[in-house]
Amino acid sequence: MIKTIIAEGLPVDEQLLIRKKVIQNGQSDKRICIVTGTHGDELEGQYVCFELIRRLNENIEFLDGTVDVYPALNPLGVDSVTRGIPTFDLDMNRIFPGDPNGHLIEHTAYEIIQDLKGANMVIDIHASNIFLREMPQARINVKMSKKLIPFAQLLNIDFIWIHEAATVLESTLAHSLNVIKTPTIVVEMGIGMRITRDYGDRLVDGILNMMHKMKMWSGPVSKTISKPKLSTTGDVYFLNADVSGIIIPSVSHSVDVKKGDLLCQIVDPFEGKVLQNMLSPIDGLVFTLRTYPVVYEGSLIARIFADKKAEENL
Amino acid sequence: MKQEIIFSMKSPYRDDFKIQGFRFGEGEKSIAIVGAMRGDEVQQQFTCSQIVKNLIELEKAGKLIPGHEILVIPSANHFSMNINKRFWAMDNTDINRMFPGYDKGETTQRIAAAIFESVRGYKYGIQLASFYMPGEFIPHVRMMETGFQDVKLAKKFGLPYVLIRKPKPYDTTVLNYNWQVFDTQAFSIYSGDTDTINKETAKMAWLSILRFMNNTGIIQNSMHEGFNSSILKEGDLETVISNQSGILYALRSAGDEIKAGDLLAKILDPFTGETRSSILAPTNGTIFFAHQKPLIHQNTVMYKIVKF
Repeated sequence: MIKTIIAEGLPVDEQLLIRKKVIQNGQSDKRICIVTGTHGDELEGQYVCFELIRRLNENIEFLDGTVDVYPALNPLGVDSVTRGIPTFDLDMNRIFPGDPNGHLIEHTAYEIIQDLKGANMVIDIHASNIFLREMPQARINVKMSKKLIPFAQLLNIDFIWIHEAATVLESTLAHSLNVIKTPTIVVEMGIGMRITRDYGDRLVDGILNMMHKMKMWSGPVSKTISKPKLSTTGDVYFLNADVSGIIIPSVSHSVDVKKGDLLCQIVDPFEGKVLQNMLSPIDGLVFTLRTYPVVYEGSLIARIFADKKAEENL
Repeated sequence: MKQEIIFSMKSPYRDDFKIQGFRFGEGEKSIAIVGAMRGDEVQQQFTCSQIVKNLIELEKAGKLIPGHEILVIPSANHFSMNINKRFWAMDNTDINRMFPGYDKGETTQRIAAAIFESVRGYKYGIQLASFYMPGEFIPHVRMMETGFQDVKLAKKFGLPYVLIRKPKPYDTTVLNYNWQVFDTQAFSIYSGDTDTINKETAKMAWLSILRFMNNTGIIQNSMHEGFNSSILKEGDLETVISNQSGILYALRSAGDEIKAGDLLAKILDPFTGETRSSILAPTNGTIFFAHQKPLIHQNTVMYKIVKF
């Protein structure tokens, strides 16, 4: 069943429609929600929605409970290659929990929260942006970490990044839901405007694995669920460009690097000169890597996770 | 006046990006004024340029009171303004969500850090701001209710209204909030429009800033005292929400006095021109904010009204 959450008039012969697919079976009142498409240029979640719904439909007898899938919280953005909300020009993930008396989009954010409220788990899938490729990872506010880490460890991802509480993040969907005691995990993976099928398959395996542990899924689950590294066991290093130019990559994403390894070069194509050699400052795992070649001073090039235990063993 | 470069950065192929500051006088850091931080803030850029023009004339006339330093940064994002983008030209991030900035962080964090390093420590800080919803305002001073706000000072601008609002989570990353955290009395001036120049409201805005400087003893410039500002809280405003979508045929605009039952606007069917909805004033008052675009969504803010 497809249920319409929002139907509000746009100026000329169109409605803003936000819809969810409801898949239900059995007697359990447990409910999980898969949401994505908040940023219209992040499309990795589209494959996850497709594949999860396909597998559930083909094996519905194993489901005990409800799975709500929201493929596009920002349908105008997804359908027009726009990260934000067309006509509103603000980041949708900075206006939650919304406002029933505000602009249409603030009202929409409010209604989305009302619809998700009370779920046993919400997985909020993001896909970085068009500049950076991310390893499959969960991002969890330190305040929510105790409750959410055990669930995130079931999702077949590579990394769990526990981040400090930042006030600005209080206006995200995940934070707004967590404060009303609807547990929500943000998954970041892949890159904007693309679909990485392998990552999508892994996350679907992970969601079914989590549902199995929640006793909502009695069907087969993957036997090779990844054990993610936890950011609190090490340090995250940020590498930013010192100069503006064009980057030429030297390493692949998701690889282990050694201190001093060349990650990429920033070059000046006019002069044929190398402006900067970006070297790894540490032994570690490249879990974020820039793929968009044009950079300004300050552009993020990579994030590297260095495991303290690994360092101690050197 | 000393013209200086506050921040500069090379671009792969475009001309260098430079943020320019205009510094007047010497002594106590008295007032810093920041104009356009978004690429569509043309009204804000224009208003700031007129402040610079006026200060240059006042300096020549010997009307800047000695012992005060004034810094004006008319534009912090012309890399976006020059190509008709609202947010940062490369990654679409908002400089006014990056304060206090980080000089080793991402590009817009570095820009925010450089601006903040230049404008922190001033006694007063003024930002020429724009609103996230398309529309026109009565020119007003806006302050956040942080516990540091000084309403009496805000009245020295002599604008019709001073609006006090509660901070939202994202506000901790805007310039105004960070100014206040670092002991600057901060004000946002809303001069009505954003991506078009409204000469009348822009003039009200720049005159109000000169009036504020006059009233706080930074310049000596005899001028009209302005309005005895009314103090408002956001909750005092009555909101009118659209019950239909379509073409907006607005009949009343910001600043108009209205009576309950007055016809404010019609929402028209975009195919037949028939009236889908007649929007009536719910109360006596003055229109504080009016939606300005010719098309309107359903269930969105059309008017905000100061009730009498």
